[in-house]
Parts: sequence; C-alpha cells; structure tokens
Amino acid sequence: MRYIRPLSIEDAVGQLAGSAGTAAILAGGSDLLVRMKGGFAEPELIVDIKAIDGLSEIRETAEGFSIGAAVPCAVLGENTALRKAWPGVVEAAKLIGSKQVQGRCTIVGNLCNASPAADSVPALVAAGAKAVVVGPAGRRTIPVQSVPTAPGKTSLAKGEIIEAILLDKREPRSGDAYLRFIPRTEMDIAVVSAGVNLTLDEHGVIKSARVALGAVAATVLLVEEAAEVLIGSRLDEATLERLAKVCAGACRPIDDKRGTIEFRRKVAGVLAQRAATSAYARAGGK
Amino acid sequence: MAGIAVSTTINGDAVEYLCQPDETLLDVLRDRLGLTGAKEGCGTGDCGACSIILDDRLVCSCLVLGAEAEGRRVETIEGMAHGDTLHPLQQKFLEHAALQCGICTPGFLIAAKDLLAKNPDPTEEEIRFGLAGNLCRCTGYDKIVRAVQDAAIVMKGA
Repeated sequence: MRYIRPLSIEDAVGQLAGSAGTAAILAGGSDLLVRMKGGFAEPELIVDIKAIDGLSEIRETAEGFSIGAAVPCAVLGENTALRKAWPGVVEAAKLIGSKQVQGRCTIVGNLCNASPAADSVPALVAAGAKAVVVGPAGRRTIPVQSVPTAPGKTSLAKGEIIEAILLDKREPRSGDAYLRFIPRTEMDIAVVSAGVNLTLDEHGVIKSARVALGAVAATVLLVEEAAEVLIGSRLDEATLERLAKVCAGACRPIDDKRGTIEFRRKVAGVLAQRAATSAYARAGGK
Repeated sequence: MAGIAVSTTINGDAVEYLCQPDETLLDVLRDRLGLTGAKEGCGTGDCGACSIILDDRLVCSCLVLGAEAEGRRVETIEGMAHGDTLHPLQQKFLEHAALQCGICTPGFLIAAKDLLAKNPDPTEEEIRFGLAGNLCRCTGYDKIVRAVQDAAIVMKGA
C-alpha cells in the first residue's frame, strides 16, 4: 500500500488514472478507514486530497456556492452565508455522525460512498446541486443524482475525482429542508429521509419545487410527480395529502430490520409533508 | 519497509516518526510514541475512546492515518494537565466520580475540553449532544454531565 498527498488536482488524477491496482481517495476517511479496518477495502494506493489547493474551502461566487471536496461537514455548519442560503443542505450534512465524525466527514465522501441512506444526498438532490468532476479527459459538471448508480457504486470512471459541489445562488423567497426518521434521537442511519426545496412567487404560491427521498430505493429518488403536486399551491391541506400519497407511491423500499416496506412508504409521505412545511416557512410562506 | 516520515506537533512538542501507510494515528500514538492515553474501543469511529484534537477539531484518531498528521497540531490527553496540576475537567471528573472503569475517560475529557473551548457556557442539552460521540458503559452519563457543568463554572471564573 502507498499513501500520497498530491498538491494539485491534475497530479491526483494522474496518480489515480495511472495506478495499476485499486486506488482510494481519502478526504475525511470516516467511510474509507472503517472499510479498510473491516477488510472490505484494501487499496493499493491512497490519494489524500486535503493538500490540494482550494479543496478545503467554501467559496461564494456570483453563481452561488462552491464547496470543496475536502471541506468537513462541521465547516458547513459554521458558514453563516451557506446556512442562510441552504439551511436544508446544512442540516442534512450536520446529521452525519458524531462531533468527532463531523470534523472529518465530507458531503462529497457521503455522495461517493453511495449509501442509499446517505443523509446529505437527498438534500443536495432537492437543492439541484451539481458535482464538478475532474478526470483524465478534463472537467465536467454533472447533477449530483447521477453520481450514485447502486449501493456502493458510482458513475465515476477510473481517475475521476469530484472536486467540488456547486449550489446555485438563491432566488428570493426560497427555502429547503431535510428530515430523516431514525429509531433513536441521534447518531443513526436513516430508515427513510426526505429533502424538499421550494421557491415561492410574491403571493406565496410555489413556483418551483424539488422533492428527493432517501433510503427508500437503491439510490436517492428525485420525485418529479411530487414537485408537480406542490407547484401552483400554497401548501394547503389537500396538497400535503396528495404529496404524501405520491411520495409513498414513488418509494421502492426494501424490508429489513430497520423498517418494513409498508412503514417506509408511510413515513416517506409524512417526512415529505413535514420537510415541505419547513421549507415553505423558510421561504417566507405561511 | 522504511515507512513514511512524518513531522508533526503533539501537545506543543515537535515530533517525528515513521509509520506505515495503513497505520492509524491512534496506533502511532500508542505503539510508536508511547502515548497510551487515547484508547481503542471500537476502531471504527463509534465510541470516541480515541478522541484527540487535530488542528482545533475533535476527531477519532482511529479514523485518521498516521501519515495525515504531517505538518499538523495534535492534542492528546497527555497534554491536558500542567505537570502535577490537573485540568479543571480532570479535577471535576474525580470529584464527581464521573468514571468507573476509566477506558472512556480520556476521550470524554478531550471531547469536553473541545466543547468548552467552543462553547464555554453550554446547556445540559448542549453537553449531552456535544458528548454524544463518546460512549460510556459504566456511569450512565449523568455524573459526566455534572462534572462538565461544574468544570464550566470553574473555568469561566478563572
């Protein structure tokens, strides 16, 4: 096994692309080191990306925010501008692990670990976040939801690294929220989760919406029918009821010890309602 | 195998060591440097017994590679007391009997130190939340929370 700490993204990409055996990217290590300890991962090359210029920064640009791949989730929570613009994304990132894990774990790691129950992913998908992928063929920007393809699998090719996550600049009267169900109060893996992102017009009518569900399918679900239910409404009771029904119907959950199919469907609807209510209030609706 | 040469700062002292690429910082501290205060409970970041402070961030040293400490600042439980003078948290843990077997104690003390550095006047809920990454199977947590509350009062007065 080799450990390297390249100073440029090009060097990191070159090392990953040129490695003969299995290679792993190390940012926070809160998934990688656990997998190595358990014997589930034995990379021949570990590429620590934390010394690469700019990867440990959150940048506010004219287009919005660029969150570097090595930024720990704790830092997201400490960024006032990001918290104000994207409270749902930040609350999702802050739910990952303990204080100790927060100091290390990253949203890009959460995304690339490709767990169906990843907390930050439904919030990012609802937010319409994009991933900047750098690889041997250059740089491309893709929607976050196209990264995970199956549990533990991503669409990234050999040598590719996600450099940053992009979040748009907020339109006025916008809000997002993320909620998950776990059997305990903290420190657990989502049984079901929901992220909702809304923008209202000047009369409080929802003009755009995105609804994402987590832990109810092999990958995060972007539920377009749920967004259609919300658009044009002021989030009245009838709309919330339809939202729950559509979300429950969109789920393709598994039965396991943490929740049955029936339970997950029902909770997905309830969480979508509550997340929508919270996002609506954050957007300035009543 | 020669290993990776690492230069770092531990409890204010410049330290150099050689480690293997897959060796955790916890193993380096305990097995190479003789700093056995940080404990290995789970080895997977769940129990907090190996808590240290890395560049002002509380982390589990079992989830950090030894090689990653290059050029950084590491604080361990060994740096908490000043000579024979205990840190107020250590003193209050003794007074409140906030430990039994003691395996989790260094991790709790480091986590509590980090908590009070960032929030000198925490509510009970903030203390319980802030220490939720540390597991204790003996005390039931209550005495630990009382000790941290009491230490916070002492530290504010200092």
